[in-house]
Amino acid sequence: MAMKIGEKPFFDRVDDALEDGFMRNAMAKAQDGLRGRKLNATVGDEQIGDWEEWRSAGEEIRRHTLENLDFYLDQLSENFARQGGHVYFAETAEDATRYIQEVAKKKNAKKITKAKSMVTEEIGLNEALEEIGCEVYETDLAEYILQIDDHDRPSHIVVPSLHKNKEQIRDTFRDKANYTGTSEPRELTAFARSQLRETFMEADIGVTGCNFAVAESGTISLVTNEGNANMVTTFPETQITVMGMERLVPTWNELDVMINLLSRSAVGQKITTYVTNLTPQLEEDSIDAPKEFHLVILDAGRSNALGTEFQSALHCIRCAACVNVCPVYRHIGGHAYGSIYQGPIGAVLSPILGGYEEYGELPYASSLCAACTEACPVKIPLHEHLIKHRENYVEKIGMTGEKMAMKTFGIGVSSPALFKLAVKGMPAVLGPLVKDNSITSGPGPMKLWTSVRKFPAPGKDNFRNWFNDRAKGRE
Amino acid sequence: MKVSLFITCLSEMFYQNAAKDVVEVLERLDCEVDFPKGQICCGQPAYNSGYRKDAKKAAKQMIASFEASEYIVTPSGSCAAMFKEYPQLLKDEGEWHERAKKVADKTYEFTQFIVNILKVEDLGATYPAKATYHTSCHMTRLLHEKEAPFRLLKNVRGLELLPLQNNYDCCGFGGTFAVKMAPISEQMVDEKIRHIEESTANVLIAADNGCMMNIKGRIDRKGKAIEVKHIAQILNTRVEGRV
Ligand code: SF4
Repeated sequence: MAMKIGEKPFFDRVDDALEDGFMRNAMAKAQDGLRGRKLNATVGDEQIGDWEEWRSAGEEIRRHTLENLDFYLDQLSENFARQGGHVYFAETAEDATRYIQEVAKKKNAKKITKAKSMVTEEIGLNEALEEIGCEVYETDLAEYILQIDDHDRPSHIVVPSLHKNKEQIRDTFRDKANYTGTSEPRELTAFARSQLRETFMEADIGVTGCNFAVAESGTISLVTNEGNANMVTTFPETQITVMGMERLVPTWNELDVMINLLSRSAVGQKITTYVTNLTPQLEEDSIDAPKEFHLVILDAGRSNALGTEFQSALHCIRCAACVNVCPVYRHIGGHAYGSIYQGPIGAVLSPILGGYEEYGELPYASSLCAACTEACPVKIPLHEHLIKHRENYVEKIGMTGEKMAMKTFGIGVSSPALFKLAVKGMPAVLGPLVKDNSITSGPGPMKLWTSVRKFPAPGKDNFRNWFNDRAKGRE
Repeated sequence: MKVSLFITCLSEMFYQNAAKDVVEVLERLDCEVDFPKGQICCGQPAYNSGYRKDAKKAAKQMIASFEASEYIVTPSGSCAAMFKEYPQLLKDEGEWHERAKKVADKTYEFTQFIVNILKVEDLGATYPAKATYHTSCHMTRLLHEKEAPFRLLKNVRGLELLPLQNNYDCCGFGGTFAVKMAPISEQMVDEKIRHIEESTANVLIAADNGCMMNIKGRIDRKGKAIEVKHIAQILNTRVEGRV
């Protein structure tokens, strides 16, 4: 399954989404709620001072880290290994899953608990573990809901089950887990908790993602609200953490800034309920920590962006602030993107990780309104990356009809005389189509416009003539 | 003050009345308005669609046409923002980069120019209507102009300016997006119109022709009775009897 969601072509997925009024309502509501909360915890929070300064600091930290990525990765893995942890660099998703399968086999693991992690979705870890006979349990509430609903896919990087409302969740619990309660969130949560309690204690391996890794101390930092990550990393004897190779900070000072940016931007919290920091100080007789700690550092296409104009896409801290303000996401939801990374960052990242053949349409699923760029806590110029992708796309894959049109455009705009002629000719060309001062049904590419809207009738006067006459009149 | 008008292709082709209002307002404010004849389209349609080379052609033609100007004023936030993009677009083109910077630095959107450069906020206009204002994305997020239109509209006599729910959400235009992603664009513009209706306004005021063309086109298609006006049309209502 991995990164990709669904087999249908892009526009079919969009059609499916647009027909799902239920989901779209949920998305719009969630966006409006999250947006308000974020504003309260950022520009609206006087205690933290100037939010723009925080953003600049975040950008600076991320840029510095990525520019010195080799150095910090070395430092991280050295510090992690020095304290008894095992580090594995995985070049591909398959490398990562194979390594983790081997660990599981060696440990003879049957039950595996997982904290929420998009990167393990990206590499299709659950399937890989199930393949070798392990039982995998998602313990984050949202991921748990998706898992028991026949492995539904995430529609949001922070709240993977955002597309489901509480009634749907109740029904899922009822149909799949013999739940008999109401759709009251408290009751639903209590049910999930009771289901998971036992599992936590029986697990052989705990798997987590990684919000940030601190290079100077070899520490993994997890930012959560439910406390499940603590359970996942406390009971099992073996812990495996998977991190994207870009997810690190130099020191604890930067960690502080990044956690502020992340919790405030993601869910509008000044700080999340739990910030769990794990360093592999492994002691044989420890009773509340794993005895074996593996860190899998994943490339899987990320280095494609290093040293290119897309490098800053790797600055992303997965807060979903861009997703939460995206008007396209608002209407089509997450699944239509066909990638576990959705919204603006998904449209930027998916083609980098998975290529244009698979994800080439995504950069076009944006009106370039720049709401994403404005929202991003680390100032990634998302809409500019989308334009860059389009440039690459037309160059590498191409769009025949459009290319011709743009060629004509290129000729037209390089000569004012031709441009003037085009403007002048417009009424003659469009004139026959005009009815009641607008065009209801146009030919060619105009048809796509008029399928939704009317097209204005070209003005009857010539503005340049009007302007000249006016100037002359004054002389 | 000498002002060179960059009228934009949409204004020139479809919205000549608004274009004339722009000229009249500027002249009323004692600007000496000229119209550089070499002007064409700013190149944004090509740029946003990934045709950088063609966009560069347009940019160079525009720079050559406007570099002698004192101030460049345009009645579109989005087109002004494109001028501001020129230095980045031409960063590897030798002397063009510097020339682009000079042009970008003296480019202003119409309301921005009136408020920030001419320092005028009351044009003495009268427009008795219930209206709401569409804050366009490129004007607010790329040009970073969030206030000028409101300062001007605040002083229009008789105008009741109503708040617009979710005004920060894009109307769904996005240039070629409107046709390439027509079904998504349709939902976006429909939501925008829903909010306009909920505001109870009879008139929608905007400062970007692209958005106007999109929203108005959809309003007409749905047979709704909401008028769409460029802000210059509202501001040029001082002359007796003219609306
Ligand atoms: S791109 Fe920026 S806003 Fe979007 S998820 Fe990443 S950090 Fe957050």
